[in-house]
Amino acid sequence: MSSIGTGYDLSASQFSPDGRVFQVEYAQKAVENSGTAIGIRGKDGVVFGVEKLVTSKLYEAGANKRIFNIDRHLGAATAGLLADSRHMVERAREEASNYRSNYGSDIPIRHLVERVSMYVHAHTLYSSLRPFGVGMIVSSYVDNKPELYLIDPSGVSWGYNGCAAGKAKQNAKTEIEKLKMKDMTIRELVKEVAKIIYVVHDEVKDKAFELELSWVGEITGGKHQLVPKDVFIEAEKYAKDSLEESDDSEEEEI
Amino acid sequence: MALPKWTTIAAVEFDGGVVIGADSRTTSGAYIANRVTDKLTKVTDKIYCCRSGSAADTQAVADIVKYQLNFYEMEMGEEPLVHTAAHTFRELCYDHRDNISAGIIVAGWDKKEGGQVFAVPLGGMVVRQPFAIGGSGSTYLYGYVDSQFKPKMSKEECLPFVANALSLAINRDGSSGGIIRLAAITKDGVERITLTGNQLPKFYEDH
Repeated sequence: MSSIGTGYDLSASQFSPDGRVFQVEYAQKAVENSGTAIGIRGKDGVVFGVEKLVTSKLYEAGANKRIFNIDRHLGAATAGLLADSRHMVERAREEASNYRSNYGSDIPIRHLVERVSMYVHAHTLYSSLRPFGVGMIVSSYVDNKPELYLIDPSGVSWGYNGCAAGKAKQNAKTEIEKLKMKDMTIRELVKEVAKIIYVVHDEVKDKAFELELSWVGEITGGKHQLVPKDVFIEAEKYAKDSLEESDDSEEEEI
Repeated sequence: MALPKWTTIAAVEFDGGVVIGADSRTTSGAYIANRVTDKLTKVTDKIYCCRSGSAADTQAVADIVKYQLNFYEMEMGEEPLVHTAAHTFRELCYDHRDNISAGIIVAGWDKKEGGQVFAVPLGGMVVRQPFAIGGSGSTYLYGYVDSQFKPKMSKEECLPFVANALSLAINRDGSSGGIIRLAAITKDGVERITLTGNQLPKFYEDH
């Protein structure tokens, strides 16, 4: 990187002469070092999938989860620094809780995303702060409307039909684009999400990983939750089987 | 000088909106400080509140809620729900329950739930009701409203229901009086009606 050593990358509060804020770009790099997280919006809900890399065999199974509940109706999946993720999730929960105590109802997801984005953005403005090394995907299913947003370390957020963050985000996005998600139920999508996580996983560089799957939609009654065990097993089996099939077909071609 | 506003106020839901109403008397002790008060106070285009209790307290609360909901509408890019407005009133009334005297009915129309009535009585509770009455005059009214209220009345049935109730309360309650102010709130906005002294519904006492 030619920018290193020029002195314009030491603080989040200073522009470089060509109009960039390097600290924010480094934060985005931090997200790209993490295992992939994806979210897909179907016609009756949203599904999250996370490739949680396991760096040591000594960790308990299921430790350091990267899918969170923000409120009953709101879910989040994160890519990036886990401790930063937890802080952002905590902040999001406070926003949801404050809204509920002020207005007596669930916080609209668009409003929550705006509030959290403002908080993330504030961390790109001061020399005393470090930006969040987190890409956070947020979802809800309210009034029969599924919604999906991604918040970037720069503090921008967009709504999506499908999105990805983490090291294989490009491959994942290519895979997501092949789906007709607008016509699919989350019961169908959950298998595709599992498959995408397995497809984009790099067996050579990252050996062990745990799959995390969650959804929010019609069948969960608008609540965000990890998918039930039987659905998880079915989805994971579908993912592994379709991987083996593609391996077989590659061999046949030789 | 405190102006406690012993009052009669009422609100009814109908299919597509609400009818709200109030008398017009503001008293300071035995003195009628205002005989044509407007106790139907706008908070957003399609949400009104009926105020009872201290005139000063309820005006202050309504002003604050009006400001907050205006801000909320700009922030969210859509009109607040009646439910949201009622909870904004509740927040203030509950937090300051030891220092203010305010009995408020929040009523209006929104695109999600249609016409709605929420009562926010003295302690700062909030509860949705098909109809609500409030103020000192309302104590005379429970028999009338409980016997005459029918679910799913039309706007044309709700208007005389509220007007009759207010007129009966004005006759019995010394702290209610003057004219009757009514309003019907629907998706198309607010239609206001005033019944002056000679237009008040009459009952046996007047014969």
